[in-house]
Amino acid sequence: MVKTLLKNYKQLKIDMADEKIIISASPHVHSDRTSKRIMYDVLIALTPAFLVSLYLFGISALIMTSVAVISCIVFEYLIQKYVLKTTITVSDGSALLTGILLAFNLPSTLPLWMVIIGSLVAIGIAKMSFGGLGFNIFNPALVGRVFLLISFPVQMTSWPLPVVNNTSLVDAVSGETTLGIIKEGLMYGETMSTLADKIPTIMELFLGVTSGSAGEMSGLALIIGGIYLLIRKVITYHIPVTILATMAVMTGIFWFVDPQHYANPLIHLLSGGAILGAFYMATDLVTSPMTKKGMVIFSIGIAVITVVIRLFGAYPEGISFAIIIMNAFVPMIDTYFKPKRFGSKIKAKFV
Amino acid sequence: MLKTFPKGGIHPAENKITSSKAIQRMPVPKVVYVPIAQHIGIPSEIIVDRKDKVEMGQVIAKSGGFVSSNIHTPVAGTVTKLDMIVDSSGYKKQCIVIRTDQKNESNFEVKEYPLLQEITMSSEGILKRVLDHGIVGLGGATFPSHVKLNVKESQHIDCLIINGVECEPYLTADHRLMLEKADEIIVGVQILLKALHIDKAVIGIENNKKDAIKVLKQACLHDPRIKVAALKVKYPQGSEKQLIKSILNREVPKGGLPLDVGVIVHNVGTIFAIYQAIQYDIPLMERVVTITGKKLDHPANFWVKIGTPIKDLVEEVGGIPEGTRKIVNGGPMMGKAIKNTDVPVTKGTSGILIISESEASRQESKNCIRCSNCVFVCPMGLEPHLLMNLSEKGFYERAESEDIMTCIECGSCSFVCPSHRPLLDYIRFGKDIVKKLQTAKN
Repeated sequence: MVKTLLKNYKQLKIDMADEKIIISASPHVHSDRTSKRIMYDVLIALTPAFLVSLYLFGISALIMTSVAVISCIVFEYLIQKYVLKTTITVSDGSALLTGILLAFNLPSTLPLWMVIIGSLVAIGIAKMSFGGLGFNIFNPALVGRVFLLISFPVQMTSWPLPVVNNTSLVDAVSGETTLGIIKEGLMYGETMSTLADKIPTIMELFLGVTSGSAGEMSGLALIIGGIYLLIRKVITYHIPVTILATMAVMTGIFWFVDPQHYANPLIHLLSGGAILGAFYMATDLVTSPMTKKGMVIFSIGIAVITVVIRLFGAYPEGISFAIIIMNAFVPMIDTYFKPKRFGSKIKAKFV
Repeated sequence: MLKTFPKGGIHPAENKITSSKAIQRMPVPKVVYVPIAQHIGIPSEIIVDRKDKVEMGQVIAKSGGFVSSNIHTPVAGTVTKLDMIVDSSGYKKQCIVIRTDQKNESNFEVKEYPLLQEITMSSEGILKRVLDHGIVGLGGATFPSHVKLNVKESQHIDCLIINGVECEPYLTADHRLMLEKADEIIVGVQILLKALHIDKAVIGIENNKKDAIKVLKQACLHDPRIKVAALKVKYPQGSEKQLIKSILNREVPKGGLPLDVGVIVHNVGTIFAIYQAIQYDIPLMERVVTITGKKLDHPANFWVKIGTPIKDLVEEVGGIPEGTRKIVNGGPMMGKAIKNTDVPVTKGTSGILIISESEASRQESKNCIRCSNCVFVCPMGLEPHLLMNLSEKGFYERAESEDIMTCIECGSCSFVCPSHRPLLDYIRFGKDIVKKLQTAKN
């Protein structure tokens, strides 16, 4: 019975569309928000960070980003056209965004064929195999990045030095990331005070004059973009604020107890992609929870896992792993953390 | 800080084009089509026959039960047919067709009703009059008013809320009524306070009607029992539950009624109808209707007799403009699209909205990108995206346990969805089936 009703209902809608006077159910107006606009708002928000990466790493960052973007779009098109044989939706801007975010998470010196493999994994495995936009469980760009990090650890951790190479096409002099220096130094028995000369100052970290992935450099540029996203209501403050605050508190406790063997919270917040992760990767609409309560739980999870990996794990960074791990919990979080229903406080008295 | 409800809500473009247009009187229509199901509940029973002569204000259909209402003829004339007519719901409903007697003077004289402040009627008399005079909620839900006023001994009521919110975009019928009949409305409130034996009433008005707030505040200065509350502009504040939360911060329990939190809510239009019924013995025969649209020549507010075909109204404002794709009975958020203009004005018609090509068609629905906007705007704390999926895929029991039945169908979710998903369509569909399953179970 129900099936025929549903069929009739769908048929009814199609019939009515042909008539001159449209009959449709309310509401009869719509806000001017569209998925496309959300995607382009995120692109606008990423522009300052992109400009910083162009300044720091020059042509190679531009080439790497273009390759990532183009290969993401091409892979999505090819998969939709020849493998899934469905409607082509590359124009919605989501593949473009995945490409940029993937590039932001890679060192600009990475060989381009690796970038293309990363795009294939991001689009083909993390996104399209789950059913395309809206159905993926894991953040596609991060899946691409983590795949590359595990497969090509040497190339993925060779960082170009900032600024000095921004006009040359040749391979850059390798530097090291702040958290990498700290991790290695502490392992060989150095203390934070002896390491202080080797790592950039807080100000340098904030402005982004250091080594790292193409887009994670400048805290300032990323925060400007993040504020734009908040103003445009693409994201809410819950995820970024909770992640950064939890990370600060956790690393702060360790630093307070033993400042010689643990870096101070500001270093943790301003390096290793924490801000990029908190504002752009964890807030990915598709792979984050849908209620505010859920978002807070999700973010605390990310922050805790990140700090544990950073302080006790093998990798100096770790926010990508943390986000992917918490992505897997999103369906469960959505099931258990519901919005508060109106009128649920009191039991109903029927008249 | 202005008061408002805390959870959800949206702010669509207000487009109150007609807010400065005084209410005009519609010319008397030649023929009226009076449906017998104009209210929620049991349809009325027809008590006239073909060729019967009827006098203005005579009962032509009697209340068919407790939750039902009398229907009066808005004109003097002859019953020509008892017919079936498509009303705004899209279904054919029984209606009484009356041809106006052009020679009968009572049809055309415009009487003046000076303000009558003294309330002489007893509270029992008031309740009976409200029942007899066919008064129903004029905000749009058309719930028979006497049922709301019929408070049992065991129920404790302490506050009457008057709904002057008019949160729907475009509509200005209540706004104009409050401006032009402020004193009468205050007397109407006093009548209800007397009938209910309580001494607290709050008139809730959204802050985009500052003039109405001012006028009503002025009008109720002499009566300390009545207060005017200015509310922040937010849709769907006109919904009973949200309005009570805004004004008194009381939450009507799930599946409950305002009575459960000691409140009764009436629309300003209803209050004015009650005033007329009690003080001048006039049954509910006409109401204020806004006829509006961006492309209309002369959008306006009218006093319209119940049963007037909408085409008469449209002609009055200059005809249907070129490129019209949608005619809506009600506001753009909750109104019903109608097929043609033969549909008559009923007790629940607060406005007619003419929508042109560019705004009328829906965009193609795309994948849900889980942006959470629908969850954030839902005033009932539901998860529209989930409810849509559940009804689409046929998990009706799960939908029921996710509180699909508490949806008030305000349309905020469909309004904000960036993927243009028909959330409310599927939720309505799911509600319908859940209701059928519930009835089958009992």
